Amino acid sequence: MSAAGAGADGTSGSAVSAAGAGADRADRAEWETVVGLEVHCELETQTKLFCGCKNAFGDEPNTNVCPVCLGLPGSLPVLNAFAVELAMRIGEALHCEVRPSSFHRKNYFYPDMPKDYQISQYDEPINVGGWLELPDGSRVGIERAHLEEDTGKTTHQGETGRIHAADYALVDYNRAGVPLVEIVSRPDIRSSAQARLYVTELRAVLVATGASDGRMEEGSLRVDANVSVRRVGAVAFGTRCEVKNLNSLRSLGRAIDHEVARQVALVEATGTVVQETRHWDENAGRTVPLRSKEEAFDYRYFPEPDLVPLAPGSDWRARAARAVGLLPSARRERLAGLLGGAPTPQQVDQVHVVVAQGLDDLVVAAVAQGAPAGVALVRAANELAADLGAALVLDPGIFGRVAVMEAQGELTATQAKAVLAELLAAGGGDPAAIAAEKGFEALSEGSLAAVVQGVVEAHPEEWSRYSAGEDKLAGFFTGQVMRATGGKADGKAVAAELQRLRR
Amino acid sequence: MTPDDAGSALALADAVRRGERSARSVAEAALGAIAAREPELHAFLHVAADGARADADAVDEKVRAGEDPGPLAGVPVALKDNLCTRGIPTTCASRILEGWRPPYDATVVTRLRDAGAVVVGKTNLDEFAMGSSTENSCMGPTRHPMDPSRVPGGSSGGSAAAVGAGLVPLGLGSDTGGSVRQPAALCGVVGMKPTYGMVSRYGLVAFASSLDQIGPFARSVGDAALLFEVIAGHDPKDSTSLDLPVPAAVRSLEVGVEGLRVGVCEELVADTAPDVSRRVREAAEDLARAGALVEEVSVPEMRLGLSAYYLIAPAEASSNLARYDGVRYGLRVDALDVAQMNTATRTAGFGPEVKRRIMLGTYALSAGYYDAYYGKAQRVRTLLIRAFDLAYERFDVLIGATAPTTAFAIGERVADPLTMYLSDVCTIPSNLSGHPAMSVPFGAGDDGLPVGVQVLAPALCEERLFQVAAALERSAAARARPGHGEGRR
Repeated sequence: MSAAGAGADGTSGSAVSAAGAGADRADRAEWETVVGLEVHCELETQTKLFCGCKNAFGDEPNTNVCPVCLGLPGSLPVLNAFAVELAMRIGEALHCEVRPSSFHRKNYFYPDMPKDYQISQYDEPINVGGWLELPDGSRVGIERAHLEEDTGKTTHQGETGRIHAADYALVDYNRAGVPLVEIVSRPDIRSSAQARLYVTELRAVLVATGASDGRMEEGSLRVDANVSVRRVGAVAFGTRCEVKNLNSLRSLGRAIDHEVARQVALVEATGTVVQETRHWDENAGRTVPLRSKEEAFDYRYFPEPDLVPLAPGSDWRARAARAVGLLPSARRERLAGLLGGAPTPQQVDQVHVVVAQGLDDLVVAAVAQGAPAGVALVRAANELAADLGAALVLDPGIFGRVAVMEAQGELTATQAKAVLAELLAAGGGDPAAIAAEKGFEALSEGSLAAVVQGVVEAHPEEWSRYSAGEDKLAGFFTGQVMRATGGKADGKAVAAELQRLRR
Repeated sequence: MTPDDAGSALALADAVRRGERSARSVAEAALGAIAAREPELHAFLHVAADGARADADAVDEKVRAGEDPGPLAGVPVALKDNLCTRGIPTTCASRILEGWRPPYDATVVTRLRDAGAVVVGKTNLDEFAMGSSTENSCMGPTRHPMDPSRVPGGSSGGSAAAVGAGLVPLGLGSDTGGSVRQPAALCGVVGMKPTYGMVSRYGLVAFASSLDQIGPFARSVGDAALLFEVIAGHDPKDSTSLDLPVPAAVRSLEVGVEGLRVGVCEELVADTAPDVSRRVREAAEDLARAGALVEEVSVPEMRLGLSAYYLIAPAEASSNLARYDGVRYGLRVDALDVAQMNTATRTAGFGPEVKRRIMLGTYALSAGYYDAYYGKAQRVRTLLIRAFDLAYERFDVLIGATAPTTAFAIGERVADPLTMYLSDVCTIPSNLSGHPAMSVPFGAGDDGLPVGVQVLAPALCEERLFQVAAALERSAAARARPGHGEGRR
């Protein structure tokens, strides 16, 4: 899933198909979905949680490692204060109680875990008991949000790339020791659509606090879902299954729908669900058993003796709270306010995308430069969101100038898109210079009409079909006009002219 | 180098600093002595001859250049082989670390080098420091320097024997349940466990993290104080390291014990052999004669120490030793999949005592057993600390035996782990409480082998510990002089 898609999907919950794998709808009406989510968020620190190694994605394998994060004999962890700060910001943003906490060891053997235990928080997490309000007004309770270290990454090498067919495995420890905050929701989520909405909103909160870059596709956010079903009206929860490997909002929604259908069928057939951990197979579109409750690890938690209890002073906690900044709901209100009047449904979606991707400050800056909010918003929701990495480091002044040029008619929409694409690719530049270089001067209405007329005359057969009602040929004519004008024509103006000629 | 001409670390460093002796000649003497005694003693797992010469030459170069070569200039030091040394094998006397050379130095090693010390080699130990006799070494036992049929104690038996035999004036060990003090007592040298957090554990291969502390071996209390001051002090790489000034150990040596309240701890005397408890009583008499206020005291909670220790230490060990899985370093025994490779590697790589403790610790931490075992042991630990606190309201220090007996015969306790575990009954309480303690040679047992008297002090009271230890050392020397009789000071 593209980064842009993440926001767009989540904001329009209605886009999610209701029942998944063909469960009978009449039956489904009797059943209620119950979901709790565990979201692992990689923190945006410079260094790892317990050592000074670089926290970076995509570097050459095993280059960001040291005795500590490789768990070499004799090495000891030292807690990264900034990771604690970010964890506290998350707690504040989720209305949690931020508390004195401690670390435990979670013991189990796994080759990508260098010490064969994970340092995590157990019975004394740093954040407990909060909530997240979703854009639809619903509230999801937060059980806890605790600090822990990430593992390395294993790649199975073999013909198929699958675990069981692998000849050998390679382990990259660059990710080992990267700081994570695991955010555990209460089982308050009642549909796959709400689950997607929750993750989308949580992601926006995490981006807004500066804790995360929010990139699901790079594994910055990883989601496990605890899914159960119960008859509508029932008080007791059903037996849950934990579904792992949900790497996108799409996977999350599909996996929950599949799992609900599976569990409903199971309860109806056998009266019971077996508690187990299941793996989402994205290609097969189904969950498969990973391990049963009996096979579950005994993690043998005990207090980490190499670390001391963590008790941030009230000064530090207050600093973290102040650093949280504007939360997504406030950011959305701010943008809506800039638009003035009631936003169109399209603009509501755009506001969600822009805030979810952390692009709203760019829009606000553009408006301050004199650009109309609507123009800046649509460019941010489309062009900036499409190249998020570059957009987030783009000078807001540059984006503002493009929006102003478009609003003043110096650039057509098409040209503005082209100029923005170039600016994003180059990491900056002078919009006016790029426009001049590309020969972008918006065509006058008269010369555009002449070009359209010429194109129509050059393609009589297509024109007669278009005139007869074959609307899709509009695209063909627009393309021809763009080619003839070197892209200078405004697509909307071309469409209007075609309509005029056809009438 | 023989015990007689080895001299004290202090005297050696002075001679080297003044240019009267070259560090290189001191190193050569140590290497020669090691070569002569090693075939019988087996105190070393690795002799770093080239490295020692290079270290010594660097010290001599500094002396020539008029730079300060440090307080341990040219002093040969032996390191227990669970201290990481860059580029020098560090095995923990375990097959599982076969071939591993750490890419870094432990903090104590860095501090030794910065102080001008010369690292001559890595000494034998019970595998991963689990044992009390140095017999649990995959490389075979170390022998007692005075009687090759006996053990030197353990787990730091190699360092104790090397210092006891006079091969080196100084050694480092680690003390989790008495692994410095007990072999020091058996080998007739000074051995000390600092307050938990006083010496950085960074680079000490962990056995039981909440108990492990690195400590010095020396042939005199003064040399131990010198070494202690070099290795102690805050280290940002160890989160449990205390950010406090280093105690003035050397300055405390001549203070004396007048007016000091000394408790002779019943629990550290009652269950010891008669020839050992007699020496403790003599030590108490001497302290009283030197002006200390000596009384008997009972701290019954100390008797709970051994049981609590044998839950807490194995529990932490089971986790600390998980990383030896064949994936990244050390031994790997190949198998069909990763899990089988882990099992095959650990089966082949660990010795029986290590396996016993891993199983014990794994069990103690298991779901459903945690509260009954690990949880309860931690509560006992709290109880013991409170009992110590109470005792220290009435006493400045406690004294007792370091070990229940003098050095025992090789093989004598191997078949019976529980008897072996009892060797540490007097030393374990200080590890559980985190308090400092020291063993000082004080005469001999009926078999003519050394006896150690242990001094225990409250947390951070190292200065008091050295103050009392120095007094005991003086009285032991007085008792050893010909014509010694009652009443002599």
